[in-house]
Amino acid sequence: MELDIVELSRLQFAMTAMYHFLFVPLTLGLSILVAIMETVYVMTNRPIWRQMTKFWGTLFGINFVLGVATGITMEFQFGMNWSYYSHYVGDIFGAPLAIEGLMAFFLEATFVGLFFFGWDKLSKVAHMIVTWLVAIGSNFSALWILIANGWMQNPVGAQFNPDTMRMEMTSFFEVLFNEVAQAKFVHTVSAGYVTASVFVLGVSAWYMLKGRHTELARRSIAIASSFGLAAALSVVVLGDESGYSASHTQKMKLAAIEAMWETEEAPASFTLVGFPDKAARETHYAIHIPWAMGLIGTRSLTQEIPGINELVIEAERRVRSGIIAYDNLMTIREQRDATPEAVRLSFEDHSADLGFAFLLKRYVDDPREATEAQIVQASEDTIPGVAPLFWAFRIMVGLGFGFIAVMLYFFVMSNFRTMQFPRWALRTAVIIIPAPWIAAELGWFVAEFGRQPWTVDGVLPTALSVSHLSIGDLLITLAGFVIFYTVLFVIEMSLMIKYIRKGPYMDVEETDHWLERHEHRLRTHDGKGPFADPSDPRTSGATPAE
Amino acid sequence: MILHEFLSFEFLRVVWWVLLGVLLIGFALTDGFDMGVGALLPFVGKTDVERRVVINTIGPVWEGNQVWFILGGGAIFAAWPPLYAVSFSGFYLAMFAVLAALILRPVGFKYRSKRDSQRWRNNWDWALFVGGAAPALLFGVAVGNVLLGVPFHLTEDLMPMYDGTFYGKFLGLLRPFAILSGVVSLSMLLMHGAAWLTLKTEGMVQIRARNIGTVAGIVAAVTYALAGVWLAFGVDGFAMVGEVVTDGPSNPLYNEVSRGGSWLAAYGERPWIAIAPLMGFAGIAMAVRGLREGYEVSTLLWSKLAITGIIASVGLTMFPFVLPSTVDPTSSLSVWDATSSHLTLFVMLVAAVIFMPLIMLYTAWVYKVLWGKVTEDEVTGSSDSVY
Repeated sequence: MELDIVELSRLQFAMTAMYHFLFVPLTLGLSILVAIMETVYVMTNRPIWRQMTKFWGTLFGINFVLGVATGITMEFQFGMNWSYYSHYVGDIFGAPLAIEGLMAFFLEATFVGLFFFGWDKLSKVAHMIVTWLVAIGSNFSALWILIANGWMQNPVGAQFNPDTMRMEMTSFFEVLFNEVAQAKFVHTVSAGYVTASVFVLGVSAWYMLKGRHTELARRSIAIASSFGLAAALSVVVLGDESGYSASHTQKMKLAAIEAMWETEEAPASFTLVGFPDKAARETHYAIHIPWAMGLIGTRSLTQEIPGINELVIEAERRVRSGIIAYDNLMTIREQRDATPEAVRLSFEDHSADLGFAFLLKRYVDDPREATEAQIVQASEDTIPGVAPLFWAFRIMVGLGFGFIAVMLYFFVMSNFRTMQFPRWALRTAVIIIPAPWIAAELGWFVAEFGRQPWTVDGVLPTALSVSHLSIGDLLITLAGFVIFYTVLFVIEMSLMIKYIRKGPYMDVEETDHWLERHEHRLRTHDGKGPFADPSDPRTSGATPAE
Repeated sequence: MILHEFLSFEFLRVVWWVLLGVLLIGFALTDGFDMGVGALLPFVGKTDVERRVVINTIGPVWEGNQVWFILGGGAIFAAWPPLYAVSFSGFYLAMFAVLAALILRPVGFKYRSKRDSQRWRNNWDWALFVGGAAPALLFGVAVGNVLLGVPFHLTEDLMPMYDGTFYGKFLGLLRPFAILSGVVSLSMLLMHGAAWLTLKTEGMVQIRARNIGTVAGIVAAVTYALAGVWLAFGVDGFAMVGEVVTDGPSNPLYNEVSRGGSWLAAYGERPWIAIAPLMGFAGIAMAVRGLREGYEVSTLLWSKLAITGIIASVGLTMFPFVLPSTVDPTSSLSVWDATSSHLTLFVMLVAAVIFMPLIMLYTAWVYKVLWGKVTEDEVTGSSDSVY
């Protein structure tokens, strides 16, 4: 890979975006889990739930701050590194980003301060509402970001304007209710819920293994596994929905993920594993599951899913059509109001393919002067990297099913059994803590790498989207981000570990008061006093003695 | 959707120009005192407890305040795509420095008091100082560069290109007038931070803040006046040539622009805009008086008035330009040719009309809950909900 401006800009964007997304999923899920815990506290008045809210809230805070900090980079990076992109699609893409700020980010950021500082200043119910507002704000945030991202995958509700040389919005509602965006939103927030559930489960399992804070850990496992099971199922269902919408919005991405070189007769088979070879355009040692792909992709037995080779031929047709559009555009730009009507009409017919002509700009300044070989090359450029997509997708899906299994096990054990977990299960829960992050990052990789060579699918090639910068500029900022982000990551992890080791903050006075007030009820509940058996692990966590 | 036709394109453009100003001013009024407090931190707090008091005055609110900055970025993207594209890639390394400083700041607030080590805390205190002072200075430098004009041009495809040997390079932005603007901005925000600390603290911290704030206020007034004089005699202004189409397509190349004359000619054409610099000076004078006399609420309000006046004066002086180009004046971005489409401006206005009042309401509620001074007892007490 030669490191030109385009590659360096992509590298920087990938790095900063993936780094940002280390913190986002935990924020999305943990905010809701904490809000649920606090709601239980308000309803039952038991101090243990307040303690849980505060403990998980502290970890939430350490994570949240880096999500916010690295999000700042994302908001400005489009303008810094992708200035032609910003000009070309800002009329559509900017709106959801700005509305995200207005509707969601303001909400979560304004109230997150009160979440931490408001315990002594607000009533219980008011504080709980504040916590919910933080959670709702975070999740709305994801909605608008995914509407913006969904538009890059499936650019609906917009049209090219020759006067301003950019895409302009024609229908806000089409942008808003983009089917790709809606499926992606639920898929992504569910992945966030799974991440937080696995995190809470893993940390709690570690406490159980150590025999510390078992009361808190048990309750946390019960909540995390119930929430996590629902979320893990939702991730898979909405992932399937994304696949279904890709079969008519991003055919090339779908074909690349499946390494489907030739169009198969319907219903197509699903390649479980294999070794895709882009040069030879075939998949070696492939194991197929008959019918599966056709059913997932089209939900029918009769519809065909086009293979890569067929899609390249289609791309070539669109490149040629795009050249006509480009030629019309040049005429319109020169003659402006004096443009003959025939040229305008021709442009209207072909303008949807204008982006395909821009693919030629990598090879020739004026697409109209492109040679046959260049046109063929540009059409082949529309194939993304097949093997990385193929594998990333399969690992992600495998992990997704793994989460369902883990969550189901802990859900059954904690809700229908004695809540005594075998040590191997607890160890597994600790070990898999990083897995949801891997799955989430792979998911983004599939979505964005699979969109190549476009920044906006079929509209604007990545190679044309960059800013007019020097290699030096990019090397400085890239090195800066790598060093800066690494240092922050090390600090973040060390604080996380420190606070997990330290365990929950015990509000001894409050716990004493509560036990005093409820001693009578607790005693009659099972016939024994609340402090009757200090060796009983079920009560030791809540006693002030620890 | 034809609803947007009820509001003219020209009207929406002016509205979004005003809203751009509102966002920048909102950012300076709220996050401005956070930056000021950060920059003041090592000087007004001498002991660890004092510094924790200082940090806890802004601890619960900085996150919300910072959203003004994010929203400013998002709104420029949505309503002014060419401005977003040209300015952030043009000021590339300066923007990177601002981002680094702004990332450092939240992390500093959150992480500083999470370990007991004195060295850890001292390091974060200086990080907070940089995170406050650097953006405060650089935003002013950027505004200075905008007034001077920047060397970019747009190609026929409206692709932004940068000319000259220095543009985009960090040091090239440090032109004398721009540095002067940076000093205006830094001193103004130091004064603002001091006004905030006067309201939220007591004892030695408050006294130190009032002393530094007084000096900062005087420096702000003097440098602001100097910048005005410099603008009158030493900086070329820009003007539209020929008939100006105010509701045409957003293509900067369609409008012809000339360089020369003075920015201050605007005050001859629209004498009422003199109210902005007057607000600036009056606000500073009253804020300095308040800092001396120990007034609390009114000092902060006067300081806000001063900032509003100073930022508004830049926008009003340059109208209709938002980013002039020195090498190819025709490429200059203005209110009439650098906005989003008619529909997008309308959609965004609807969103702003719905959400801005809500934001104001709940932000006010949060400040009300947090009303009162942050004391040393509170910080050292048993509560775990302070930094």
